[in-house]
Amino acid sequence: MTEVFVAKTGEMASGDRRIVSHAGVEVGVFYWEDTYYAYSNICLHQGGPACEGLLMHQVQDVLRPDRSFKQQKFSETEINFVCPWHGYEYDLKTGRVVADPARRLKSFPVHIRDGNVHVDIN
Amino acid sequence: MTKTNFNIPLSGDRSMPIEGFDTSLHLKHAADQAKARGFDRFPIIDVDSHHYETESFSEILEYLDDPVLQQLAKTASASRHGAFGMLPGNIGYQDMGGRVARYPLRQLEKTGPEAHRDITLTKRWMDALAVDIAILFPTPMLNLGLHPQIEIEVALSRAYNRWLTEKILPNDPRLRSMLYLPFNDPQATYEMAKEFAGKPGVLGFMVTATRNRAVHNDAYMKTYAFLEEAGLPLGFHASYNWNDQTMAMMNKFLSVHALGFAISNMVHLTNWVINALPVRFPKLKVIWIESGLAWIPFLMQRLDHEYYMRKSEVPSLTRPPSDYMREMFYTSQPMERPNDIRELEQTFRMINAPTQLMYSSDYPHWDFDVPSVIYDLPFLSEEDKRAILGGNAARVFNIDIKEKLAKSI
Ligand code: FES
Repeated sequence: MTEVFVAKTGEMASGDRRIVSHAGVEVGVFYWEDTYYAYSNICLHQGGPACEGLLMHQVQDVLRPDRSFKQQKFSETEINFVCPWHGYEYDLKTGRVVADPARRLKSFPVHIRDGNVHVDIN
Repeated sequence: MTKTNFNIPLSGDRSMPIEGFDTSLHLKHAADQAKARGFDRFPIIDVDSHHYETESFSEILEYLDDPVLQQLAKTASASRHGAFGMLPGNIGYQDMGGRVARYPLRQLEKTGPEAHRDITLTKRWMDALAVDIAILFPTPMLNLGLHPQIEIEVALSRAYNRWLTEKILPNDPRLRSMLYLPFNDPQATYEMAKEFAGKPGVLGFMVTATRNRAVHNDAYMKTYAFLEEAGLPLGFHASYNWNDQTMAMMNKFLSVHALGFAISNMVHLTNWVINALPVRFPKLKVIWIESGLAWIPFLMQRLDHEYYMRKSEVPSLTRPPSDYMREMFYTSQPMERPNDIRELEQTFRMINAPTQLMYSSDYPHWDFDVPSVIYDLPFLSEEDKRAILGGNAARVFNIDIKEKLAKSI
Protein backbone atom coordinates (compact mmCIF):
# COMPACT_ATOMS: atom_id res chain seq x y z
CA MET A 1 0.00 0.00 0.00
CA THR A 2 1.42 3.38 -1.02
CA GLU A 3 -0.04 6.69 0.09
CA VAL A 4 -0.12 9.18 -2.75
CA PHE A 5 -0.74 12.87 -2.15
CA VAL A 6 -3.86 14.19 -3.88
CA ALA A 7 -4.45 17.75 -2.62
CA LYS A 8 -4.58 19.89 0.45
CA THR A 9 -7.92 19.77 2.25
CA GLY A 10 -10.12 22.61 1.13
CA GLU A 11 -8.29 22.83 -2.17
CA MET A 12 -10.85 20.84 -4.11
CA ALA A 13 -14.34 22.24 -4.57
CA SER A 14 -17.36 19.97 -4.89
CA GLY A 15 -17.21 18.50 -8.40
CA ASP A 16 -13.43 18.75 -8.69
CA ARG A 17 -11.26 15.73 -9.42
CA ARG A 18 -7.57 14.94 -9.57
CA ILE A 19 -5.85 12.17 -11.48
CA VAL A 20 -2.88 10.73 -9.61
CA SER A 21 -0.67 7.81 -10.48
CA HIS A 22 1.86 5.58 -8.86
CA ALA A 23 3.86 2.74 -10.38
CA GLY A 24 1.70 2.73 -13.48
CA VAL A 25 -1.62 2.75 -11.60
CA GLU A 26 -3.83 5.73 -12.46
CA VAL A 27 -6.50 6.76 -10.01
CA GLY A 28 -9.19 9.42 -10.29
CA VAL A 29 -10.04 11.12 -6.98
CA PHE A 30 -13.34 13.02 -6.89
CA TYR A 31 -14.61 15.43 -4.27
CA TRP A 32 -18.38 15.66 -4.22
CA GLU A 33 -20.59 17.08 -1.47
CA ASP A 34 -18.06 16.72 1.37
CA THR A 35 -16.86 13.24 0.41
CA TYR A 36 -13.86 11.94 -1.52
CA TYR A 37 -14.16 8.97 -3.88
CA ALA A 38 -11.28 7.27 -5.70
CA TYR A 39 -11.43 4.82 -8.60
CA SER A 40 -9.22 3.24 -11.22
CA ASN A 41 -8.93 5.51 -14.24
CA ILE A 42 -9.10 2.56 -16.65
CA CYS A 43 -12.56 2.19 -18.13
CA LEU A 44 -14.06 -1.29 -18.11
CA HIS A 45 -15.16 -0.84 -21.71
CA GLN A 46 -12.08 -0.22 -23.87
CA GLY A 47 -9.69 1.16 -21.29
CA GLY A 48 -10.39 4.86 -21.73
CA PRO A 49 -9.71 7.43 -19.00
CA ALA A 50 -12.93 6.71 -17.13
CA CYS A 51 -12.45 9.37 -14.44
CA GLU A 52 -11.60 12.23 -16.76
CA GLY A 53 -15.03 12.96 -18.22
CA LEU A 54 -18.04 14.97 -17.20
CA LEU A 55 -19.97 14.66 -13.94
CA MET A 56 -23.60 14.31 -14.90
CA HIS A 57 -26.65 13.61 -12.77
CA GLN A 58 -28.52 10.44 -13.59
CA VAL A 59 -31.22 10.97 -16.23
CA GLN A 60 -34.65 9.73 -15.17
CA ASP A 61 -37.96 9.27 -16.96
CA VAL A 62 -40.99 11.04 -15.49
CA LEU A 63 -44.27 9.23 -16.11
CA ARG A 64 -47.76 10.53 -15.49
CA PRO A 65 -50.13 8.59 -13.17
CA ASP A 66 -51.58 6.83 -16.21
CA ARG A 67 -48.01 5.71 -17.09
CA SER A 68 -47.79 7.85 -20.20
CA PHE A 69 -44.49 9.63 -20.72
CA LYS A 70 -44.27 13.17 -19.44
CA GLN A 71 -40.61 14.15 -19.71
CA GLN A 72 -37.14 13.42 -18.45
CA LYS A 73 -35.29 15.02 -15.57
CA PHE A 74 -31.92 14.92 -13.89
CA SER A 75 -31.86 13.13 -10.53
CA GLU A 76 -31.10 15.44 -7.60
CA THR A 77 -29.06 12.86 -5.75
CA GLU A 78 -27.60 10.32 -8.17
CA ILE A 79 -24.49 11.59 -9.88
CA ASN A 80 -22.30 9.79 -12.41
CA PHE A 81 -18.94 10.34 -13.95
CA VAL A 82 -18.79 9.63 -17.65
CA CYS A 83 -15.91 8.06 -19.55
CA PRO A 84 -15.08 10.52 -22.30
CA TRP A 85 -14.26 7.91 -24.94
CA HIS A 86 -17.75 6.43 -25.49
CA GLY A 87 -19.93 7.59 -22.64
CA TYR A 88 -19.97 4.72 -20.12
CA GLU A 89 -21.52 6.17 -16.97
CA TYR A 90 -20.25 5.20 -13.50
CA ASP A 91 -22.07 5.89 -10.23
CA LEU A 92 -19.80 8.33 -8.43
CA LYS A 93 -20.63 6.89 -5.02
CA THR A 94 -20.01 3.22 -5.86
CA GLY A 95 -17.99 3.07 -9.08
CA ARG A 96 -20.60 0.72 -10.55
CA VAL A 97 -21.43 0.81 -14.27
CA VAL A 98 -24.88 2.38 -14.37
CA ALA A 99 -25.92 0.22 -17.32
CA ASP A 100 -24.59 -2.96 -15.67
CA PRO A 101 -24.26 -2.56 -11.89
CA ALA A 102 -22.70 -6.00 -11.51
CA ARG A 103 -19.50 -4.45 -12.85
CA ARG A 104 -17.59 -1.78 -10.99
CA LEU A 105 -14.32 0.07 -11.13
CA LYS A 106 -11.72 -0.81 -8.53
CA SER A 107 -11.97 1.72 -5.70
CA PHE A 108 -9.18 3.04 -3.48
CA PRO A 109 -9.29 4.31 0.14
CA VAL A 110 -8.87 8.05 0.67
CA HIS A 111 -7.39 9.44 3.92
CA ILE A 112 -7.21 12.95 5.29
CA ARG A 113 -4.30 13.61 7.60
CA ASP A 114 -2.47 16.76 8.63
CA GLY A 115 -4.49 18.84 6.22
CA ASN A 116 -3.63 16.65 3.25
CA VAL A 117 -5.75 14.29 1.16
CA HIS A 118 -4.06 11.00 0.28
CA VAL A 119 -5.16 7.98 -1.68
CA ASP A 120 -3.86 4.48 -0.95
CA ILE A 121 -2.69 2.81 -4.14
CA ASN A 122 -1.61 -0.80 -4.02
CA MET B 1 -10.04 29.16 -36.46
CA THR B 2 -9.08 27.57 -33.15
CA LYS B 3 -11.02 28.75 -30.10
CA THR B 4 -9.41 29.04 -26.67
CA ASN B 5 -12.15 27.94 -24.32
CA PHE B 6 -15.52 26.26 -24.14
CA ASN B 7 -18.08 25.96 -21.40
CA ILE B 8 -19.84 22.59 -21.47
CA PRO B 9 -23.33 22.84 -19.98
CA LEU B 10 -23.89 20.10 -17.38
CA SER B 11 -26.77 18.77 -15.31
CA GLY B 12 -27.95 20.68 -12.26
CA ASP B 13 -27.25 24.16 -13.62
CA ARG B 14 -23.54 23.47 -13.56
CA SER B 15 -21.09 23.92 -16.37
CA MET B 16 -17.51 22.90 -17.00
CA PRO B 17 -15.12 25.43 -18.44
CA ILE B 18 -12.48 23.81 -20.65
CA GLU B 19 -9.42 25.57 -21.92
CA GLY B 20 -7.93 23.12 -24.33
CA PHE B 21 -8.08 19.75 -25.96
CA ASP B 22 -5.29 17.48 -27.07
CA THR B 23 -6.02 14.30 -29.01
CA SER B 24 -2.75 12.71 -27.86
CA LEU B 25 -3.71 13.18 -24.20
CA HIS B 26 -7.30 12.11 -24.83
CA LEU B 27 -5.99 8.86 -26.33
CA LYS B 28 -3.04 8.29 -24.02
CA HIS B 29 -4.53 5.06 -22.76
CA ALA B 30 -4.74 3.78 -26.33
CA ALA B 31 -1.03 4.51 -26.73
CA ASP B 32 -0.38 2.68 -23.43
CA GLN B 33 -2.34 -0.30 -24.77
CA ALA B 34 -0.31 -0.23 -27.98
CA LYS B 35 2.95 -0.36 -26.02
CA ALA B 36 1.77 -3.07 -23.66
CA ARG B 37 0.62 -5.28 -26.53
CA GLY B 38 3.58 -4.66 -28.80
CA PHE B 39 1.70 -3.08 -31.68
CA ASP B 40 5.07 -1.98 -33.04
CA ARG B 41 5.63 -5.56 -34.22
CA PHE B 42 3.11 -5.51 -37.09
CA PRO B 43 1.24 -3.04 -39.27
CA ILE B 44 -2.22 -1.77 -38.39
CA ILE B 45 -4.42 -0.49 -41.20
CA ASP B 46 -7.63 1.28 -40.31
CA VAL B 47 -10.16 0.78 -43.10
CA ASP B 48 -12.80 3.22 -41.82
CA SER B 49 -11.93 6.46 -40.10
CA HIS B 50 -13.19 9.98 -40.49
CA HIS B 51 -12.37 13.59 -40.75
CA TYR B 52 -14.66 16.61 -40.57
CA GLU B 53 -14.45 17.88 -44.11
CA THR B 54 -16.85 20.71 -43.34
CA GLU B 55 -14.09 22.29 -41.22
CA SER B 56 -12.33 22.79 -44.57
CA PHE B 57 -15.51 23.63 -46.45
CA SER B 58 -14.32 26.98 -47.73
CA GLU B 59 -11.31 25.21 -49.29
CA ILE B 60 -13.52 22.54 -50.82
CA LEU B 61 -15.83 25.12 -52.36
CA GLU B 62 -12.87 26.52 -54.28
CA TYR B 63 -12.88 23.25 -56.25
CA LEU B 64 -16.46 23.68 -57.48
CA ASP B 65 -16.47 24.14 -61.26
CA ASP B 66 -19.88 25.76 -61.57
CA PRO B 67 -19.40 29.47 -60.72
CA VAL B 68 -23.07 30.03 -59.94
CA LEU B 69 -23.21 27.07 -57.59
CA GLN B 70 -19.94 28.17 -56.04
CA GLN B 71 -21.25 31.66 -55.33
CA LEU B 72 -24.46 30.18 -53.92
CA ALA B 73 -22.51 27.80 -51.70
CA LYS B 74 -20.12 30.43 -50.44
CA THR B 75 -22.87 32.79 -49.34
CA ALA B 76 -24.98 29.97 -47.87
CA SER B 77 -22.02 28.71 -45.86
CA ALA B 78 -20.86 32.12 -44.73
CA SER B 79 -24.23 33.34 -43.58
CA ARG B 80 -25.26 30.10 -41.88
CA HIS B 81 -21.92 28.96 -40.48
CA GLY B 82 -20.10 26.03 -42.02
CA ALA B 83 -21.78 23.82 -44.55
CA PHE B 84 -25.38 24.43 -43.56
CA GLY B 85 -27.59 25.19 -46.49
CA MET B 86 -25.59 22.94 -48.79
CA LEU B 87 -25.66 19.57 -47.08
CA PRO B 88 -28.74 17.61 -46.08
CA GLY B 89 -29.21 18.18 -42.37
CA ASN B 90 -29.19 15.23 -40.05
CA ILE B 91 -30.84 15.26 -36.68
CA GLY B 92 -28.66 13.46 -34.19
CA TYR B 93 -26.85 13.56 -30.87
CA GLN B 94 -23.53 11.87 -31.54
CA ASP B 95 -21.89 13.75 -28.67
CA MET B 96 -24.40 12.37 -26.12
CA GLY B 97 -25.14 15.70 -24.52
CA GLY B 98 -21.44 16.54 -24.37
CA ARG B 99 -20.57 13.30 -22.57
CA VAL B 100 -18.34 12.39 -25.52
CA ALA B 101 -16.58 15.68 -25.10
CA ARG B 102 -14.20 15.50 -28.05
CA TYR B 103 -17.10 16.63 -30.26
CA PRO B 104 -17.46 20.11 -28.80
CA LEU B 105 -13.81 20.34 -27.73
CA ARG B 106 -12.05 19.60 -31.02
CA GLN B 107 -12.39 23.26 -31.90
CA LEU B 108 -9.97 24.01 -29.02
CA GLU B 109 -7.17 21.78 -30.28
CA LYS B 110 -4.09 23.64 -31.42
CA THR B 111 -2.17 22.72 -34.54
CA GLY B 112 0.89 24.28 -36.08
CA PRO B 113 1.61 25.59 -39.55
CA GLU B 114 3.71 22.57 -40.58
CA ALA B 115 0.82 20.70 -42.19
CA HIS B 116 -2.87 21.05 -42.97
CA ARG B 117 -4.85 20.93 -39.71
CA ASP B 118 -6.77 17.94 -41.06
CA ILE B 119 -3.53 15.99 -41.50
CA THR B 120 -2.11 16.97 -38.12
CA LEU B 121 -5.24 16.00 -36.21
CA THR B 122 -5.60 12.75 -38.10
CA LYS B 123 -2.02 11.70 -37.47
CA ARG B 124 -2.35 12.46 -33.76
CA TRP B 125 -5.04 9.85 -33.28
CA MET B 126 -3.33 7.44 -35.68
CA ASP B 127 -0.12 7.58 -33.67
CA ALA B 128 -1.99 7.04 -30.40
CA LEU B 129 -3.82 4.00 -31.79
CA ALA B 130 -0.62 2.74 -33.50
CA VAL B 131 -2.44 2.91 -36.82
CA ASP B 132 0.03 3.06 -39.70
CA ILE B 133 -2.33 3.74 -42.57
CA ALA B 134 -5.87 5.08 -42.34
CA ILE B 135 -8.59 5.19 -44.95
CA LEU B 136 -10.35 8.49 -44.38
CA PHE B 137 -13.99 9.16 -45.08
CA PRO B 138 -15.98 12.37 -44.73
CA THR B 139 -18.50 12.97 -41.93
CA PRO B 140 -21.40 15.33 -42.81
CA MET B 141 -21.10 14.34 -46.46
CA LEU B 142 -22.05 10.77 -45.54
CA ASN B 143 -25.60 11.99 -45.99
CA LEU B 144 -25.04 13.78 -49.28
CA GLY B 145 -26.81 10.91 -51.04
CA LEU B 146 -30.03 12.25 -49.51
CA HIS B 147 -29.67 15.59 -51.25
CA PRO B 148 -32.75 16.19 -53.37
CA GLN B 149 -30.64 17.97 -56.02
CA ILE B 150 -28.68 15.24 -57.75
CA GLU B 151 -26.44 17.77 -59.49
CA ILE B 152 -25.34 19.09 -56.10
CA GLU B 153 -24.31 15.63 -54.95
CA VAL B 154 -22.24 15.33 -58.12
CA ALA B 155 -20.67 18.79 -57.86
CA LEU B 156 -19.91 18.70 -54.14
CA SER B 157 -18.52 15.18 -54.17
CA ARG B 158 -16.25 16.02 -57.09
CA ALA B 159 -15.05 19.16 -55.31
CA TYR B 160 -14.41 17.09 -52.17
CA ASN B 161 -12.57 14.41 -54.14
CA ARG B 162 -10.41 17.02 -55.84
CA TRP B 163 -9.63 18.76 -52.55
CA LEU B 164 -8.80 15.44 -50.89
CA THR B 165 -6.56 14.21 -53.70
CA GLU B 166 -4.80 17.55 -54.17
CA LYS B 167 -4.55 19.05 -50.67
CA ILE B 168 -4.54 16.13 -48.25
CA LEU B 169 -3.62 12.71 -49.59
CA PRO B 170 -0.50 13.66 -51.59
CA ASN B 171 0.98 15.29 -48.50
CA ASP B 172 1.10 12.20 -46.36
CA PRO B 173 1.39 8.59 -47.54
CA ARG B 174 -0.20 7.32 -44.32
CA LEU B 175 -3.52 8.87 -45.33
CA ARG B 176 -5.60 7.12 -47.99
CA SER B 177 -9.20 7.08 -49.10
CA MET B 178 -11.90 5.31 -51.02
CA LEU B 179 -13.39 8.23 -52.87
CA TYR B 180 -17.02 9.30 -52.80
CA LEU B 181 -19.14 8.16 -55.75
CA PRO B 182 -22.19 10.34 -56.55
CA PHE B 183 -24.35 7.25 -56.83
CA ASN B 184 -27.62 9.07 -57.52
CA ASP B 185 -26.21 9.84 -60.98
CA PRO B 186 -24.93 6.59 -62.54
CA GLN B 187 -23.13 8.30 -65.42
CA ALA B 188 -21.40 10.75 -63.06
CA THR B 189 -20.51 7.78 -60.85
CA TYR B 190 -18.78 6.11 -63.76
CA GLU B 191 -16.97 9.29 -64.77
CA MET B 192 -15.86 9.95 -61.19
CA ALA B 193 -14.35 6.48 -60.91
CA LYS B 194 -12.53 6.86 -64.23
CA GLU B 195 -11.27 10.36 -63.39
CA PHE B 196 -9.88 9.58 -59.95
CA ALA B 197 -8.68 5.98 -60.25
CA GLY B 198 -4.92 5.96 -59.89
CA LYS B 199 -4.62 9.31 -58.12
CA PRO B 200 -2.26 9.28 -55.14
CA GLY B 201 -3.81 7.73 -52.07
CA VAL B 202 -6.94 6.49 -53.86
CA LEU B 203 -7.42 2.87 -52.82
CA GLY B 204 -10.94 2.38 -54.17
CA PHE B 205 -14.35 4.00 -54.18
CA MET B 206 -17.18 4.33 -51.70
CA VAL B 207 -20.95 4.61 -51.93
CA THR B 208 -22.75 6.14 -48.96
CA ALA B 209 -25.49 3.69 -48.09
CA THR B 210 -28.19 6.11 -46.96
CA ARG B 211 -29.90 6.73 -50.27
CA ASN B 212 -32.78 5.32 -52.24
CA ARG B 213 -31.02 3.79 -55.20
CA ALA B 214 -30.91 0.10 -56.06
CA VAL B 215 -27.38 -1.19 -56.52
CA HIS B 216 -28.51 -3.68 -59.17
CA ASN B 217 -29.72 -0.99 -61.58
CA ASP B 218 -28.23 -1.73 -64.99
CA ALA B 219 -26.87 1.80 -65.21
CA TYR B 220 -24.16 0.86 -62.67
CA MET B 221 -22.80 -2.16 -64.50
CA LYS B 222 -20.13 -0.26 -66.38
CA THR B 223 -18.85 1.23 -63.12
CA TYR B 224 -18.65 -2.21 -61.52
CA ALA B 225 -16.91 -3.57 -64.61
CA PHE B 226 -14.43 -0.71 -64.54
CA LEU B 227 -13.62 -1.19 -60.85
CA GLU B 228 -13.31 -4.93 -61.26
CA GLU B 229 -10.94 -4.47 -64.18
CA ALA B 230 -8.91 -1.86 -62.30
CA GLY B 231 -8.70 -4.07 -59.20
CA LEU B 232 -10.19 -1.29 -57.06
CA PRO B 233 -12.50 -2.28 -54.18
CA LEU B 234 -16.00 -0.85 -53.85
CA GLY B 235 -17.20 -0.02 -50.35
CA PHE B 236 -20.68 0.70 -49.05
CA HIS B 237 -20.47 3.00 -46.04
CA ALA B 238 -23.46 2.81 -43.71
CA SER B 239 -25.12 5.68 -41.91
CA TYR B 240 -28.59 6.49 -40.62
CA ASN B 241 -31.40 8.66 -41.90
CA TRP B 242 -33.89 9.63 -39.21
CA ASN B 243 -36.17 11.08 -41.88
CA ASP B 244 -36.61 7.68 -43.47
CA GLN B 245 -40.21 6.60 -42.83
CA THR B 246 -39.23 3.45 -40.97
CA MET B 247 -36.62 5.24 -38.88
CA ALA B 248 -39.01 8.10 -38.17
CA MET B 249 -41.11 5.77 -36.05
CA MET B 250 -38.29 5.65 -33.52
CA ASN B 251 -37.82 8.40 -30.95
CA LYS B 252 -34.34 7.75 -29.61
CA PHE B 253 -30.99 8.28 -31.24
CA LEU B 254 -29.92 4.92 -29.79
CA SER B 255 -32.67 3.13 -31.73
CA VAL B 256 -32.07 4.95 -35.00
CA HIS B 257 -28.32 4.56 -34.81
CA ALA B 258 -28.45 0.87 -33.86
CA LEU B 259 -30.82 -0.08 -36.66
CA GLY B 260 -30.01 2.56 -39.28
CA PHE B 261 -26.35 1.62 -39.69
CA ALA B 262 -27.27 -2.02 -40.18
CA ILE B 263 -30.39 -1.66 -42.31
CA SER B 264 -28.85 0.71 -44.83
CA ASN B 265 -26.27 -1.90 -45.77
CA MET B 266 -28.59 -4.89 -45.36
CA VAL B 267 -30.80 -3.56 -48.15
CA HIS B 268 -27.88 -2.99 -50.51
CA LEU B 269 -26.21 -6.30 -49.72
CA THR B 270 -29.48 -8.16 -50.26
CA ASN B 271 -29.90 -6.55 -53.66
CA TRP B 272 -26.26 -7.19 -54.45
CA VAL B 273 -26.42 -10.92 -53.79
CA ILE B 274 -29.95 -11.69 -54.88
CA ASN B 275 -29.34 -10.00 -58.23
CA ALA B 276 -26.27 -12.17 -58.69
CA LEU B 277 -23.77 -9.34 -58.85
CA PRO B 278 -21.12 -11.57 -57.24
CA VAL B 279 -21.62 -13.93 -60.18
CA ARG B 280 -21.53 -11.14 -62.74
CA PHE B 281 -18.48 -9.44 -61.20
CA PRO B 282 -16.63 -12.27 -59.51
CA LYS B 283 -13.37 -10.37 -59.11
CA LEU B 284 -14.86 -7.13 -57.79
CA LYS B 285 -13.95 -6.75 -54.12
CA VAL B 286 -16.94 -5.48 -52.18
CA ILE B 287 -16.64 -4.13 -48.63
CA TRP B 288 -19.47 -3.47 -46.17
CA ILE B 289 -18.41 -0.64 -43.92
CA GLU B 290 -19.53 0.49 -40.45
CA SER B 291 -22.50 -1.75 -39.91
CA GLY B 292 -20.91 -3.80 -37.14
CA LEU B 293 -21.02 -7.58 -37.46
CA ALA B 294 -24.12 -8.96 -35.72
CA TRP B 295 -26.36 -8.36 -38.74
CA ILE B 296 -24.35 -10.64 -41.02
CA PRO B 297 -25.27 -14.02 -39.45
CA PHE B 298 -28.88 -12.85 -39.33
CA LEU B 299 -28.93 -11.92 -43.01
CA MET B 300 -27.09 -15.08 -44.06
CA GLN B 301 -29.71 -17.22 -42.38
CA ARG B 302 -32.68 -15.23 -43.68
CA LEU B 303 -31.49 -15.20 -47.28
CA ASP B 304 -30.43 -18.85 -47.29
CA HIS B 305 -33.77 -19.86 -45.81
CA GLU B 306 -35.69 -18.27 -48.67
CA TYR B 307 -33.15 -19.22 -51.32
CA TYR B 308 -33.78 -22.94 -50.99
CA MET B 309 -37.52 -22.46 -51.48
CA ARG B 310 -37.54 -19.72 -54.09
CA LYS B 311 -34.58 -20.76 -56.26
CA SER B 312 -36.58 -19.95 -59.39
CA GLU B 313 -36.29 -16.23 -58.56
CA VAL B 314 -32.52 -16.37 -58.53
CA PRO B 315 -31.46 -18.69 -61.33
CA SER B 316 -28.03 -17.10 -61.65
CA LEU B 317 -27.05 -18.01 -58.11
CA THR B 318 -25.41 -21.40 -57.97
CA ARG B 319 -24.79 -21.34 -54.25
CA PRO B 320 -26.72 -20.11 -51.22
CA PRO B 321 -26.41 -16.35 -50.53
CA SER B 322 -24.31 -16.91 -47.43
CA ASP B 323 -21.58 -18.46 -49.57
CA TYR B 324 -21.25 -15.25 -51.57
CA MET B 325 -21.44 -13.19 -48.41
CA ARG B 326 -18.53 -15.15 -46.97
CA GLU B 327 -16.44 -14.02 -49.92
CA MET B 328 -17.15 -10.34 -49.32
CA PHE B 329 -15.24 -8.12 -46.93
CA TYR B 330 -16.39 -6.41 -43.76
CA THR B 331 -14.98 -3.72 -41.53
CA SER B 332 -15.07 -4.47 -37.83
CA GLN B 333 -16.42 -1.36 -36.14
CA PRO B 334 -18.72 -0.96 -34.26
CA MET B 335 -17.94 -4.49 -33.14
CA GLU B 336 -20.76 -5.67 -30.89
CA ARG B 337 -19.45 -7.17 -27.68
CA PRO B 338 -22.02 -9.70 -26.43
CA ASN B 339 -21.85 -10.80 -22.81
CA ASP B 340 -21.41 -14.33 -24.06
CA ILE B 341 -18.21 -14.14 -26.12
CA ARG B 342 -19.17 -17.34 -27.94
CA GLU B 343 -21.75 -15.36 -29.91
CA LEU B 344 -19.00 -13.18 -31.33
CA GLU B 345 -16.80 -16.18 -31.99
CA GLN B 346 -19.63 -17.74 -33.97
CA THR B 347 -19.97 -14.56 -36.04
CA PHE B 348 -16.24 -14.57 -36.78
CA ARG B 349 -16.51 -18.16 -37.91
CA MET B 350 -19.56 -17.48 -40.09
CA ILE B 351 -17.88 -14.65 -42.00
CA ASN B 352 -14.43 -16.26 -42.30
CA ALA B 353 -13.07 -13.38 -40.28
CA PRO B 354 -9.40 -14.38 -40.52
CA THR B 355 -9.47 -13.57 -44.24
CA GLN B 356 -12.55 -11.34 -44.73
CA LEU B 357 -12.60 -8.99 -41.74
CA MET B 358 -10.65 -5.73 -41.63
CA TYR B 359 -10.12 -3.63 -38.54
CA SER B 360 -11.63 -0.16 -38.50
CA SER B 361 -11.64 2.44 -35.75
CA ASP B 362 -14.24 4.95 -36.97
CA TYR B 363 -12.27 7.50 -34.96
CA PRO B 364 -13.12 10.22 -33.99
CA HIS B 365 -16.78 9.24 -33.92
CA TRP B 366 -18.50 8.45 -30.63
CA ASP B 367 -18.47 4.65 -30.92
CA PHE B 368 -14.90 4.20 -32.17
CA ASP B 369 -12.96 0.99 -31.52
CA VAL B 370 -9.31 0.84 -30.44
CA PRO B 371 -7.18 -1.96 -31.99
CA SER B 372 -7.17 -3.87 -28.69
CA VAL B 373 -10.83 -4.83 -29.22
CA ILE B 374 -9.51 -7.19 -31.89
CA TYR B 375 -6.15 -7.99 -30.32
CA ASP B 376 -7.63 -9.01 -26.96
CA LEU B 377 -10.17 -11.46 -28.38
CA PRO B 378 -9.44 -14.76 -26.65
CA PHE B 379 -10.47 -16.99 -29.54
CA LEU B 380 -8.13 -15.56 -32.20
CA SER B 381 -4.61 -16.76 -32.92
CA GLU B 382 -1.81 -14.20 -33.11
CA GLU B 383 -1.71 -14.74 -36.87
CA ASP B 384 -5.44 -14.06 -37.23
CA LYS B 385 -5.23 -10.96 -35.06
CA ARG B 386 -2.52 -9.52 -37.27
CA ALA B 387 -4.47 -10.40 -40.41
CA ILE B 388 -7.58 -8.61 -39.18
CA LEU B 389 -5.65 -5.61 -37.87
CA GLY B 390 -3.68 -5.05 -41.05
CA GLY B 391 -2.79 -8.05 -43.19
CA ASN B 392 -6.19 -8.44 -44.82
CA ALA B 393 -6.37 -4.76 -45.73
CA ALA B 394 -2.85 -4.86 -47.18
CA ARG B 395 -3.93 -7.75 -49.39
CA VAL B 396 -7.33 -6.33 -50.40
CA PHE B 397 -5.96 -2.86 -51.21
CA ASN B 398 -2.54 -3.93 -52.49
CA ILE B 399 -0.77 -1.90 -49.84
CA ASP B 400 2.93 -2.51 -49.63
CA ILE B 401 3.86 -1.76 -46.03
CA LYS B 402 7.33 -2.78 -44.96
CA GLU B 403 7.85 -0.88 -41.74
CA LYS B 404 5.87 0.49 -38.86
CA LEU B 405 4.84 4.05 -39.68
CA ALA B 406 2.95 5.04 -36.54
CA LYS B 407 5.02 6.98 -34.08
CA SER B 408 4.56 5.98 -30.47
CA ILE B 409 3.83 8.89 -28.15
S1 FES C 1 -13.50 3.20 -22.93
FE1 FES C 1 -14.76 4.15 -21.51
S2 FES C 1 -16.65 4.28 -22.47
FE2 FES C 1 -15.43 3.19 -23.85
